[in-house]
Amino acid sequence: MLKDITLGQFFPGESFVHRLDPRTKLIMLVVYIVALFMAESWISYAVMFAFLAFAVTISKIPPKSIVRGMKPMVVILVFTGVLNLFVTPGETVWLKFWIFTITKEGVIRAFFMVTRILMLVSGTFLLTYTTSPIALTDGLESLLSPLKKIHLPIHELAMMMCIALRFIPTLIEETDKIMSAQKARGADFESGSLMERVKALVPILIPLFVGAFRRADELATAMECRCYHGGEGRTKMKLLRYSRWDLWTFAFGAVLLAGVIVLASFGL
Amino acid sequence: MAPILQIKDLTHIYSQGTPFEHKALDGVTFSVERGEFIGIIGHTGSGKSTLMQHLNGLLKPTSGTVALDGVDIWTDKKITRQARFRVGLVFQYPEYQLFEETAYKDIAFGPKNMGLPPQEVDRRVREAAGFVGLTDQQLGASPFDLSGGQKRRVAIAGVIAMEPEVLILDEPTAGLDPVGRAEILGNIQDYRKAKNATIMMVSHSMNDVARLTDRLLVMNGSKLAMDGSPRQVFQHAQELLDMGLDVPEVTRVFLRLREMGLDVEPVYSIEQAVEALKGLKEVGSHA
Repeated sequence: MLKDITLGQFFPGESFVHRLDPRTKLIMLVVYIVALFMAESWISYAVMFAFLAFAVTISKIPPKSIVRGMKPMVVILVFTGVLNLFVTPGETVWLKFWIFTITKEGVIRAFFMVTRILMLVSGTFLLTYTTSPIALTDGLESLLSPLKKIHLPIHELAMMMCIALRFIPTLIEETDKIMSAQKARGADFESGSLMERVKALVPILIPLFVGAFRRADELATAMECRCYHGGEGRTKMKLLRYSRWDLWTFAFGAVLLAGVIVLASFGL
Repeated sequence: MAPILQIKDLTHIYSQGTPFEHKALDGVTFSVERGEFIGIIGHTGSGKSTLMQHLNGLLKPTSGTVALDGVDIWTDKKITRQARFRVGLVFQYPEYQLFEETAYKDIAFGPKNMGLPPQEVDRRVREAAGFVGLTDQQLGASPFDLSGGQKRRVAIAGVIAMEPEVLILDEPTAGLDPVGRAEILGNIQDYRKAKNATIMMVSHSMNDVARLTDRLLVMNGSKLAMDGSPRQVFQHAQELLDMGLDVPEVTRVFLRLREMGLDVEPVYSIEQAVEALKGLKEVGSHA
C-alpha cells in the first residue's frame, strides 16, 4: 500500500538527537557529507561508519526503518555499483570476458561508491527521522537568513517547503482513497498493457490535482484570515536557541572532519 | 432464500508486523438478506469504513470470510472483480472522485468497465441519472461546473449505473442542506424499490436511520456491538450513549419523560410517539 512509504517520515522521540537544535543537525549533516566525500580509505570509512552507527544508536531510531527507507534507492545503487565495477581502470585483472574487464581496483571502488551513497542517505534519513518538518524548515530559514540581505525571499521559501512537507501524507491518503473509489467502479490498475495502465491513471490524477488546487485555495484563504502577510515583522513562538549540547556536538563534528582530513593527507 | 451476504468472523489488521499495527475489525459476523435496508452506526474509528471496504473486495480480510450468494469473494480474481460490480460502494464525499469531461461520461465509467455494449451503457446512464434527478442538460455539463449537491448526485449515479444488487453508502448526506439530504435519501429508496436492491448505509443521523432502515448494525471498538431492528437497538439507549453515539431526538424526549415518572415505553419515531401519547391520554381520561 501507498501508506507504507516512509520517505523522510518523522519519528517523534525524546532522544539526545531529537533534542538537538535543528540548525546543529543541519550543519552536522553538511559536515558529515563533506567528511564522507573526503574519506578515501578503509580506515576513514570505518571512522565514518562508527560515527553513523553511534548517531543512530543514541537517536533510538530502529536501524530497520532506515534500511526499509533504502528500498527506492536500489536502482541507483545497482547502477552505481555496476558502472564503477566495469569502467574503473586498474592493473590487477580478476576477470575478463568480451569487452568487460573486472579489476581489483574496480571492485574496491564500486564497494566504496555504494557504501558512500548508502551512508549519505542514512545520514539524511537520520535528520528527517529525528526532526519534525516544522523544526527543519525553521532551522533552514534561520541558517539561510543572511541571504535576506540580498533580497532572497527566504521566509517564503521556508514556508513553501513547510507546506509541501506537511501535505505529502495528506496527498498520499487522498490518493489511496481515490484509488479505492475508482476500483469500486471497476477501474483496473494491475493488468493490461503499458498504454492501458497509463490511461488507467487518469481517473486518479485528475481528482488528485483538482483536490490539491482546492486545498491550496482553502489554505491560502485560511492564512489570509489570520492576517498572514509574509515574513516581515513576523515573530516566532518557539525561538531557536543553541544549548551546551549543541556546542559539544559541533566540537565533535569538527574533530571528526579534522580527523578525516588528516587521514586523507596521509593517504589513508 | 439464502442471505445475499454472509460475513463470518471477519478480522482486519492494518500494517501487520510494524509498529503501526492496528486491529480495525475483530471477529465480525452477520448476514444480510436480499432487499434489506440496513443502517450502520458507530463513532469515528469504530471500523465502519474498513467493514464496508471488505464487502466488495477492496480490502482482503486478515482472517474470516465474506461470501456473496454463498461464494467466497476471494475464491479467484474473476469473482473478486465480479463482486466489485455486484456490491456498489459509494464513499464519503464521492464528488471528489469525479474526473470526466461531462457528467454523462463519468456515470458511464462503471458500466464501461463492466464491458457492457454501448446501448446498454447508455440505457443505464440515463436510468441512473433518472433515479437521482439529473436533467439532460446537467448530464452534458462538466461535473466541475455543477453545484455541490448535483456533483454528489452524479457520483452516486456513477455507482447506481452498475446496477449493484447491494448498494453501500458511507454518509451519503454529509455536508448537504436539509432539502439536498431529503432528496438523496429519497433517491436511494427509489432505487431500492425499483431494483429490489439491498441497501447498507452508514450514517451519523439517528433520526434518518430510525426512520428509514429495517435493521441496525452498531460498531464499537472494531467489534459488532449490536445487531437488530431500530426498535431493539434504541431500547439500549443508555449503552448507545455510553459508546459516544446518540439516539433519535424523540427517543431522548421519551427517556426523559420516563425519568420524570411518566409510564411510557421508549420509542424511536414520531408515529410511535403519537401512539404512545394517545394511549396515555385515554388512560388519563378514564381516571
